Amino acid sequence: MKAVVTVMPKPAILDPAGVATGRAMEHLGLKGVRSIRIGKSIEIEVDGADEKQLHEICHDLLSNPVVEDYKLEILS
Amino acid sequence: MRVAVIQFPGSNCDTDCQAALLSFPGAQAGIVWHKETSLAGYDAVVLPGGFSYGDYLRCGSIARFSPIMGAVRGAADAGVLVIGICNGFQILCEAGLLPGTLMRNNGLLFRCENLHLRVENANSPFTSILHKGQVLEIPIAHGEGSYFADPETLKKLNANNQILLRYCDAKGNVSPEANPNGSLENIAGICSHGRNVFGLMPHPERVCDPLLGGTDGRGIFQSMIEWTASHQARK
Repeated sequence: MKAVVTVMPKPAILDPAGVATGRAMEHLGLKGVRSIRIGKSIEIEVDGADEKQLHEICHDLLSNPVVEDYKLEILS
Repeated sequence: MRVAVIQFPGSNCDTDCQAALLSFPGAQAGIVWHKETSLAGYDAVVLPGGFSYGDYLRCGSIARFSPIMGAVRGAADAGVLVIGICNGFQILCEAGLLPGTLMRNNGLLFRCENLHLRVENANSPFTSILHKGQVLEIPIAHGEGSYFADPETLKKLNANNQILLRYCDAKGNVSPEANPNGSLENIAGICSHGRNVFGLMPHPERVCDPLLGGTDGRGIFQSMIEWTASHQARK
């Protein structure tokens, strides 16, 4: 099974790295930067796992539910 | 008091914590490798600072699944004192033994400096010989120490007097200027609802000897020793 997990800071959470990166984009001439949010993308290849197990892994390990949301996509 | 100092791969304040504890008469401190599974015979547990597992994924997120963490949870449930310092605080939050989490400092800088802390509550095993309003000078050294919790959790922390330390200035004023990392309400250290689990970003073990520039960290360890002694006397 191949899957991709996307982990993002929750909308209400300040992302200081995103803010700093957005400022750098403005310095490079990109106008009208409204918001930059930095997350993670995790690619998984695994034999014999089911989707429920992967959701548990996403919740317990790959994301911190206090401040992050995750999205699990099964590719194949 | 017999103290277990847990050593994870990437811990780097473990021997500092051990040395600080051994400077107290009556305290024994041993290093316990994270692959151990028992903490039988220990009166207190220290999760030291450092960069467990290289801070991969999130600070403390992999260490919380180390084999020893089952025993740490068991000890916490049994009322044993557990103190997490810096990376140890991050691990306790990831493990759910303390509420909330520690995020990237709002200024993005790794802050390494002496700071002032106000004791918010002396009613805990970690602050019992200190007094409310007392100002301590203890160093911090972290890049991810911005304490965050949802509004409901924060309300409970305040209502239950679980906030033990806040960042302040030299006179004890808790202000935005005295906040090094963007922590909500200047929070530097909190304890569990049962009060026997304590997490703090500052490093008390680094100020336990005048040779190292201060002794303001001693009150926290002395409180733990006295609490343990009185607790054992009652048993």
